[in-house]
Amino acid sequence: MGAIQPKVSEPVSDELALVQAAKGGDVNAFEELVRRYDRNVFRIAQHITQNREDAEDVVQDAFLKAYSNLGQFQGQSKFYTWLVRIAVNEALMKLRRRRPERMVSLDEDVKTEEDSVPREVADWSPNPEQQYNQAELREILGRTIQGLPPGFRTVFVLRDVEGLSTEETAEALELSIPAVKSRLLRARLQLRERLNRYFKRRNGNGEIPSAGGDGDQ
Amino acid sequence: MKCSEFLQELTNYLDGVMDAKTKSELEDHLSWCHNCYVVCDTTKKTIEIYRDSQLYELPDDLRTRLRSAIMAKCQARKKTGPTEV
Repeated sequence: MGAIQPKVSEPVSDELALVQAAKGGDVNAFEELVRRYDRNVFRIAQHITQNREDAEDVVQDAFLKAYSNLGQFQGQSKFYTWLVRIAVNEALMKLRRRRPERMVSLDEDVKTEEDSVPREVADWSPNPEQQYNQAELREILGRTIQGLPPGFRTVFVLRDVEGLSTEETAEALELSIPAVKSRLLRARLQLRERLNRYFKRRNGNGEIPSAGGDGDQ
Repeated sequence: MKCSEFLQELTNYLDGVMDAKTKSELEDHLSWCHNCYVVCDTTKKTIEIYRDSQLYELPDDLRTRLRSAIMAKCQARKKTGPTEV
């Protein structure tokens, strides 16, 4: 079994030139940066907030904040990593406003041993996702990732969906590299465990659970 | 290698970041431990399914609307000079 293939990212060689031009007042250069990363920022924001309107606000607020603070960007990291850090902070603020009764923090670290110990080991069908249509699959994946603590799903989304490196994820979230690795392992294992009920290989006439089922547990 | 030790290395193994000796020990474990093989295989599928899912894609019409709003505010800010949001 081989390693997962990393997501191929687009070349960013001209990125610094665009940032420099935008710093110098070239709004078109900044618009090019928006075009380049708005889809990524939207996905990250919606994964964190789990709310479409909040995600739209986060896209606007994050790019405006980046524009207003371009002078602070020193170029030691990639522009995208810097932008992701701003977007994650904006998204967490939205989440806190929506759920004031709960502490929402990236440091939230619900330490339980069973997080990392698979409870159910069942093989999956060869192409499990093909058992469901696109809309059902999206419902299943959305519902499943929603059940993870925000700190776990944020690390998973940056590393595994957006393809940031461990180092870039640590920088964007202001976490240590061991903390990113620990959260990533637990996020991956918890998602796998929760997807079992939808994707495991069925014997005989086993019924396929519906996407709009009765929750994760 | 015990199963718990295998699990601790699972993320590094899936990301392909480890020395040759550790990799060989993990693959030896996978060759005889069916449970760890299944956990490793289904975790890899979990990652691939999410990565390829196009969950939360930004629709084109919304994308255009958001970009227009962002750029209008940037233009306005350019005229008045940069300020903290």
